[in-house]
Amino acid sequence: MSDHVAVHAAPTSFIRKYVFSLDHKIIGLQYYGLALVAVVTGMVLSWIMRVHLVWPNAPIPGLGFLSKTGAPGGVVTPEYYLQLMTMHGTLMVFFVLTNAPFAAFGNYFLPIQIGAEDMAFPRFNMMSFWTTFVAFCVLIAAFFVGDGPPLSGWTGYAPLSAVGGDAGPGQAVGQSLWGISIFIFCIASLLGSLNFIATTLDLRTKGMTLSRMPIVTWAWFITSCISLLAFAVLMPACLLLVLDRIAGTSFFIPAGLNVGDHIQPHQGGSPLLWQHLFWFFGHPEVYIAILPAIGIVSHILICNMRRNMLSHKVLIYCMMAIGFLSYMVWGHHMFLSGMNPFSALVFSFPTLMITIPATIMTLIWLGSLYGSNLRINSASLFCLGFISMFVSGGVSGFFLAQPSIDIYLHATYFVVGHFHMVMGVAAIMGVFAGTYFWFPKMTGRMMNETLGRWHFFLTLIGTYAIFMPFHYLGLAGNVRRYSAFQDDFLVPLIPVHKFITYAALFTGAAQLIFIFNLIYSRFKGAPATANPWECTSLEWSTPSSPPPFDNFGGQHPVVYHDPYQYGVKSSTGDYVMQTSPERVGETL
Amino acid sequence: MTTILQPPQAELDHEPPQRQTGGPGGNFRNLAPAGGDLRAIADRSGEPTRTGIWVGLAAIAMTFAALTSALYVREGSGYADWTHIELPQILWFNTLALILGSITLERARHRVAAFMRNEEHDRSVPMFWLNATMALGLVFVVGQYLAWLRLRSEGLYLPTNPNSSFFYVLTGVHVIHVLGGLGGLSRAMFKFRSATHPLRRSTMDATSYYWHFMGVLWVYLMFILWLKL
Amino acid sequence: MGGKIFAVLVVIIAIASAVPIINHTFLGASVTPPEDISTHGKAIDDQMSVTMAEAGVSFLAAQLILGLFVWQFANRKGGATKKFPGGAAAMVIVAFLFVGAEVLALGLVGSKAWAMVYFKPAAADALQVQAQAGQFAFYFRYPGPDGKFGQIHPDKIDEGNSNFFGLDPENDIPARDDITSGELVVPVGKEVHLMMHAKDVGHSFYVRELRIQQDFVPGLDLSVHFTATKVGKYEIVCTQLCGLGHYNMKSYLTVMSQEDYDKWLKSQSS
Repeated sequence: MSDHVAVHAAPTSFIRKYVFSLDHKIIGLQYYGLALVAVVTGMVLSWIMRVHLVWPNAPIPGLGFLSKTGAPGGVVTPEYYLQLMTMHGTLMVFFVLTNAPFAAFGNYFLPIQIGAEDMAFPRFNMMSFWTTFVAFCVLIAAFFVGDGPPLSGWTGYAPLSAVGGDAGPGQAVGQSLWGISIFIFCIASLLGSLNFIATTLDLRTKGMTLSRMPIVTWAWFITSCISLLAFAVLMPACLLLVLDRIAGTSFFIPAGLNVGDHIQPHQGGSPLLWQHLFWFFGHPEVYIAILPAIGIVSHILICNMRRNMLSHKVLIYCMMAIGFLSYMVWGHHMFLSGMNPFSALVFSFPTLMITIPATIMTLIWLGSLYGSNLRINSASLFCLGFISMFVSGGVSGFFLAQPSIDIYLHATYFVVGHFHMVMGVAAIMGVFAGTYFWFPKMTGRMMNETLGRWHFFLTLIGTYAIFMPFHYLGLAGNVRRYSAFQDDFLVPLIPVHKFITYAALFTGAAQLIFIFNLIYSRFKGAPATANPWECTSLEWSTPSSPPPFDNFGGQHPVVYHDPYQYGVKSSTGDYVMQTSPERVGETL
Repeated sequence: MTTILQPPQAELDHEPPQRQTGGPGGNFRNLAPAGGDLRAIADRSGEPTRTGIWVGLAAIAMTFAALTSALYVREGSGYADWTHIELPQILWFNTLALILGSITLERARHRVAAFMRNEEHDRSVPMFWLNATMALGLVFVVGQYLAWLRLRSEGLYLPTNPNSSFFYVLTGVHVIHVLGGLGGLSRAMFKFRSATHPLRRSTMDATSYYWHFMGVLWVYLMFILWLKL
Repeated sequence: MGGKIFAVLVVIIAIASAVPIINHTFLGASVTPPEDISTHGKAIDDQMSVTMAEAGVSFLAAQLILGLFVWQFANRKGGATKKFPGGAAAMVIVAFLFVGAEVLALGLVGSKAWAMVYFKPAAADALQVQAQAGQFAFYFRYPGPDGKFGQIHPDKIDEGNSNFFGLDPENDIPARDDITSGELVVPVGKEVHLMMHAKDVGHSFYVRELRIQQDFVPGLDLSVHFTATKVGKYEIVCTQLCGLGHYNMKSYLTVMSQEDYDKWLKSQSS
């Protein structure tokens, strides 16, 4: 296939090689680096939040310099708590969970796994990363302007987010910067998805049929299809929001609002419209966050089990089903929003139905483990942790999918526990698994296995210690997005919050092991062979680690086999690589 | 030196599709052991540029679907401030210009293809049609601006009432995309005349599909504006 | 070794997670919904119990099986690999049948509880109370002896002079006897029709014991209805992020006997 599409010329200057690079591998690493910066920032924000919740008067060192009004003397004010919370959510959902498992690893490995030399549109690819970077800068700028960042949450509900400065600190310039940043992020994301789709459809090498693509490639492909349609809806929503704020329109602002003693000069807009537009994007977005991790984890498990899943194709169909259903359920975020109560039941039904493909996937993972011979290493451990977290986070969905139960649990810590577990932690475990697994291919060195295992076990224990209690708090009715717990029924729950805060600080500290491992191994890690995991997919067939700039050193690989020929007699041991012309021997 | 953006010379000629499925080897006999476990698929005529443009158009369609539903929701909210605005007459003229532009672009595309197949040797014929398209596109853009001026003269600004808000937003978002299309068209025209970066069939096709989509989209928007606003 | 550690750990975590649910406490704090004081709450609580049972069983089963399989099948010495009987097809069928049926049941049965709250209109003789949510307080309004509510004028809101609703008693006769209160006081056993509007941004009305939660959406006149079954004082808290005072935006629902309520109402009128 790729005969006529040759690679761009090898870059020579430093700028062309590492800064404005057209090479999908460098762009993937750039996304990873950006996600790393975002996740550390987001995590520090969460530490400040957790500390403030249980020690409200404690000064946070250094915070007073960042914001004299938000944290005078380092003591977080109620508005600043919400502002930090908004930035935490925005950074994590957009710049970490959409970037790391999808843009970072996908950019790096999708072209290699299909045997291409680069993405279909390398210049769009470069633009896509730098546009994301600009969006990141615009967002971070909100920390340093006027009143600081917005306080309306990553969901930015109107009219709080739309009326401007009257609604409170951060709602003037900060909120506008947020809207602009997300708008720019949408552009970047659309460009990226376009690239992924065109590359997957058109740049597969000879013999690489769609059914021979590894499951993780499929995951990236499905994710990019979902992402394309979702971000295309968020973009106009942000545009309308910014217009309401600066141009006096009234898309989301109704008449007669008395905000901060000013009657707002707007009329006729609908706050529900913002919610519909936002969640029409927002629900597919959470699947954009989790599907790549599902693909990564499945791919790594197959390699480490030394045999295929019961059916990796069924897993792919499940991912497609989830992707399709994800567009039909957005109203489950709006059960109590004042929309027609009949619609609540209409949305509840497909929400409950998503349990089916999710269960099929879980059963296939478990059933595939049965009778296998799983190799335990840091990567496979994180895959197992993913399964555990995915189940834990998923079953709380049973509750929230039912409108009658949502009456009680909506806007409580139950919801916060649910999405952190099933989307946040699970996806991050997928990212960790991918990092340990693909580090040898990206750098030519192995990560330290001992440190990896410590990292895993401490993170597993820590994240459960943080987020499982959130569900208990929710059952007690602990309302979310509160900067302090002063209500009569909340005060007795503060000991639980203290436990969570200690767990959060502990887990955060454990991540230092990972950061250290990353940096140390990059320079001093044990040299890796070309295929240390004895994996069949094309990324392991590149002539070097890291792969040469055109991935295959001037060759065009030919694919002869389905992706997961493990557990078969072959000249290399118990597996046959996809690019090996060797016949698949009998099953071992 | 070939780049990913510039195929070898052969691609500029008409390429006969060669599909072969199943069976061992085919064109790749020399790469495969005899009787091996192969299913080598030959080159598909799919070109990333063509796929890319359809994908991009899907995203743009989704954006306008979102704006349309916003319009319906806003109108259906039943607030007394939903009113009615008269569409400036120049919009019909602009519509005509855009549709004519599609026609001229199709002629241009065929002439360019003929030129690439060496049936035609005079660059000026396709260039004429390309220039005509560009001119009609600019007429459209200027005409839209005049429509905006007309509304302003009637005291209808962006925030005046919901109808005017949607008018400006829908036409504005559309015209920004049309400007993008004009940019793509001028890039195609530049490449057509360039010796070092020759135009590819797929780029010409993609530019045309995008342009036609802008036209179809505009007809749809005219219908919505006329019906709803 | 790592596999076995994981297996043990995941079982411990699963059991440890289940204990507070079974115990209803964690670190001494009660982690259960408070006593239900509403007429529709039992349906919700029953639904929650059923869901908890099913979710709990699924959770424990999955984690224990995960632990068991990893213990048995990780880093083994050689050994032929066997396949799970039935393969992928069995998983698909199991998922569809069991989970599909269970989930449908939850959805269908649960819709009854939802309908009780939202599909049934308020009784014609329900006590009408208006609620206004604004940054950062709830205010409630009773129609007074004339049984009519006065007009609301957002531009006339003057909190300094306690005109929270923006009434115009000089020009608007029904407004003159309207009773404004910072607390929601209702008689026990009587259906209350709470009509809600927002003054500025989005808010939400949440009383845990009543099993009621409903957003205030600016521009929309929404309502909920409920009947409180037990005398007492219960917290009303805001659950829709509304600004810096969101954590502090609260009120109280005071449920009184009918006589006490009448006395209270009379004392407010004067």
